[in-house]
Amino acid sequence: MKPAPFDYVAPATIDEACAALADAGGGATVIAGGQTLMPLLNLRMSQPFIVVDINNIAELKGVSRTPGAIRVGAMLRQYEVLTHETLQRDLPVLVQAVQHIGHHQTRNRGTVGGSIALGEPAAELPATAVALNATIEARSVSGTRQISAADFYLGPYMNSLQPDELVTGISFPDWPRNHIPLFRELAQRPGDFALVGIVGALVIDAGKISRAGLAWFGMGPTPIKASTAERMLVGQTLESIDPQTIAEEAIADTAPFDDQHASAEYRRTVGKRIFASALRDALKAGETA
Amino acid sequence: MSKHHIEVTINGRRHTADVEARISLSDLLRDNAGYTGVHVGCEHGVCGACTVIVDGLAVRSCLMLAVQANGAQITTVEGLAAEDGTLHPVQQALLEEHGLQCGFCTPGVVMTLAALTGNNAKPSEQQLLGALSGNVCRCTGYQGIRRAAKRLACAETGEHA
Ligand code: FES
Ligand code: FES
Repeated sequence: MKPAPFDYVAPATIDEACAALADAGGGATVIAGGQTLMPLLNLRMSQPFIVVDINNIAELKGVSRTPGAIRVGAMLRQYEVLTHETLQRDLPVLVQAVQHIGHHQTRNRGTVGGSIALGEPAAELPATAVALNATIEARSVSGTRQISAADFYLGPYMNSLQPDELVTGISFPDWPRNHIPLFRELAQRPGDFALVGIVGALVIDAGKISRAGLAWFGMGPTPIKASTAERMLVGQTLESIDPQTIAEEAIADTAPFDDQHASAEYRRTVGKRIFASALRDALKAGETA
Repeated sequence: MSKHHIEVTINGRRHTADVEARISLSDLLRDNAGYTGVHVGCEHGVCGACTVIVDGLAVRSCLMLAVQANGAQITTVEGLAAEDGTLHPVQQALLEEHGLQCGFCTPGVVMTLAALTGNNAKPSEQQLLGALSGNVCRCTGYQGIRRAAKRLACAETGEHA
C-alpha cells in the first residue's frame, strides 16, 4: 500500500524542528531512520498531517562525553554504533544490543534515538536504556527535559513525551572500564523481535558484585528493570551466587503475555533459562577479568 | 499536498523529479525513473527485494521517502553490469552457483552483496550471510545464494575453502 498524503518539512536545526512540532499541534510525526514509521505509513496505520524529517539536523548526530556519562545523539545510526570506538570501549553492551536489531539493511538507516523513542517492548535498545539507567533528553519550544528511562516507557509504543517534544539524545551513565556486559535474547529468526531477552551490565570488585544494571525485554508491556535480580546480586561474592536460584526469583518482575509467537508460560520458562545462562557467562568472564 | 523538487544520481545519471512527500524511494526508482529492477515485494520492510545502494550503503528503498534521497548517489541492479554486458562479480557468482530461480528476490540479494563487497571491502562469509538474513527468497531454499556468498567472501579474502 501507499501512504496517505502528508506535508513534509526537513528542518536543519533542532529549534526549527521543535517549532514545526509545536505548530502542528499534535498532528505531526517525526521521522528519524524510518524503519518502523515507513511500514506504518505504507500500511496507513499512521496518517500524520505532517512528517518532520530530522535527518538533516547535524546537531543530532555523534557521540560525546559529558561529566559522568556518554551522550549518544538521537540520529546516530545503528550501523555507526557497531564500529564506534568510544562505544566499543566504554559501552560494549550497547554495541552488542545493536547487533541484534533488525537486519544489515535496516541498521544502515535505523537510529538509536528512533528505537528508544518508539519503545517497542521487545526491542533491544529501550531495554538497554532502562538497564543502564540512561536519561532521555527531550526538547520542545518550551525547553529541555531530562527523563529517566525508568519513567519514559508507559506501555507498548507509549512514552511520556509530549506531542511537541523531540528526543535529542540519550545519556548513558559511566560504567567502569572493567564492567561486564550481559546480553541474551531468543528470537524466531535473526532480525526478528525477541520473544524473550535480558540485557545489562555487572561490575565486579574484589570478588564481589558491586553494581548491577539489568532489564528484560519482550517480557511485558514495556522494558522491565530486573530489580529483584539486581538486589540479589549486589554485594554477593562470585562463589556464593547460584544463577539458577536468582533466575527463579528474577522472573517475578516480568509480566509476559500470550501472543501468536509464544505463550506467557513459554516466555517465563525461556526467560529463566537465558537469564541463568547469561549470568553464568558473565560471572565466568568476571573470574577471568 | 505540495510537491518537492529533488535531484538524485541513479547509476551515474542525474535524475530530477517533482514528487509528493509520500512517494517512496522504490516508487521513484520504478515508476518515475523506470528502474524496474527494483522489486517491491512487501512494501513494509520485510522481504528485502527492494534493496538498493544509497550513498554506499544497502538500504530498503520501500522504507525511505524519495524526498529523503535528494542529493544522494543511488545504485540499482541495472547499474552493476558493464556496458558490454559483462556481469558484476556478485551477479556472476549467483549465476554460477544457481543462486536464483524466479528472480524476484534477486535484485535485493545482489545489491546487499554488492554493497558489502564493494570498495575493496573484505567481508567474512559470516558477515555476508548475516546481511543476507534481511533478504527473503521463496524459491531457492537459499543454498545457491549461500554458496555464492561463500565464494564472494573467499574471493575477496583470497582464502579458498
Ligand atoms: S519491498 Fe521493501 S522490504 Fe519488501
Ligand atoms: S529466486 Fe524466486 S524468490 Fe528468490
